[in-house]
Amino acid sequence: MKIGVLALQGAVREHLLLLDRCGVEAVPVHKLGDLPDLDGLVIPGGESTAIGQLMEECGFLGPLRVLAEHGFPIYGTCAGMIILAERVQGGSVPRLGVMDITVRRNSFGRQRESFEADLNISGLEGKPLRAVFIRAPHVVETGPGTRVLARFGERAVFVQQGNLMATAFHPELTEDARIHALFVQRVRDFVKSRTQAHR
Amino acid sequence: MTEQGTFRVKKGLAEMLKGGVIMDVTTPEQARIAERAGAVAVMALERVPADIRAAGGVARMADPTVVKDIMAAVTIPVMAKVRIGHFVEAQILESLGVDFIDESEVLTPADEMYHINKHAFQVPFVCGARNLGEATRRLAEGAAMIRTKGEPGTGNVVEAVRHLRTMMSELRTVLNAPADELVTIAKEMDAPYEVLLAIRAAGRLPVVNFSAGGIATPADAALMMQLGADGVFVGSGIFKSQDPEKRARAIVRATTHYNDPQVLAEVSCDLGEAMSGIDVRTLPETERMQDRGW
Repeated sequence: MKIGVLALQGAVREHLLLLDRCGVEAVPVHKLGDLPDLDGLVIPGGESTAIGQLMEECGFLGPLRVLAEHGFPIYGTCAGMIILAERVQGGSVPRLGVMDITVRRNSFGRQRESFEADLNISGLEGKPLRAVFIRAPHVVETGPGTRVLARFGERAVFVQQGNLMATAFHPELTEDARIHALFVQRVRDFVKSRTQAHR
Repeated sequence: MTEQGTFRVKKGLAEMLKGGVIMDVTTPEQARIAERAGAVAVMALERVPADIRAAGGVARMADPTVVKDIMAAVTIPVMAKVRIGHFVEAQILESLGVDFIDESEVLTPADEMYHINKHAFQVPFVCGARNLGEATRRLAEGAAMIRTKGEPGTGNVVEAVRHLRTMMSELRTVLNAPADELVTIAKEMDAPYEVLLAIRAAGRLPVVNFSAGGIATPADAALMMQLGADGVFVGSGIFKSQDPEKRARAIVRATTHYNDPQVLAEVSCDLGEAMSGIDVRTLPETERMQDRGW
């Protein structure tokens, strides 16, 4: 099993480290040719405008949309959430648009409004998760197939739709690998179902 | 408990800029060009370093109106510069809501003894450094990001290379030395011992380190990335060139694909004239910006 971290721009190394701590092989993804070997993909935090444009230029958008529609697991953090969202408020960005959600960019404000806070996440055992929000977006609206797994106040900040998950915060900026473990489990399920389908 | 302005939150924004290009801009229109080209942030200025050099006199923080207009024009983070030691300029920029403050040698220093106590601010700071000692002193003062200085406004990458190579070499020294040599190394580098311990614990510089000061071409950007920079600042190199939009886009792609000579060749084609540039050896000592700061 191998999980890629899209390495066009942003906090790539931190995701690789946490995936490694979950005991899976994690590799940076620089070009389209790196995709076929993968069982799942993380789209990291960074600047969504830069990541979106680079994804478009490098030809990632079409192939990843097809993969996502066929059950390939993708997890987006912050900018990654914006890339996954079908609808975006506060400036348009080239993106995958495969999750039935509306996301507002920079919804908490500028950097001085960035913060960290304890977050209760449904399905996560143990203590609340220390979540770091950097010029973060939030999910304004979700479609019928999308579940909200965590909120900060009223705002949805962790959502899941089948094989796709997205957080507005950055678990990769902490030592806590529990969110990554959730994603790894999703990738395991995907690999298992794919193997069964091939039999 | 909800906390703002923690070191993790400050340093976190710098982590999100990695692998990207931060561009100097002087107008909202330039800021929009930079954003369209894929810049991860812009540095709002009244003049780019090449023009500051040409104008002479005292260079200060930009007029807040310039900064505010640029903040209103783009959705990417906006940085702005203050003079070394000028903590009131920093208070002003923080109140405007800029996302990052650059305590910069490009402007005329306001204090020749002390840099700003950056722990006292909620907004993160980036500071210049020519070597690891300088970088660690800035970290001790609370900088959340480092950039090697190079020689701003020259379009000549030689000093950027010198400073990054020095930094990487000194990092290797600190990481590989036996523990009993560390205090002496700290003394020789003028580096706070505690910061060297933090470097050893992290196995690297504990914050993001970009390269700055003289990058003018896509190949320059890729060179700095291959030498170990986490990203690049391009000051005069873009808007002092013949075709800024095209060059900006090319430098962004080169920074992403810095290890792929084929892509580098492709993006280096037909960019028009680069900025003309200055041979750093002909610069009188009084005009070297890199020697500002201590």
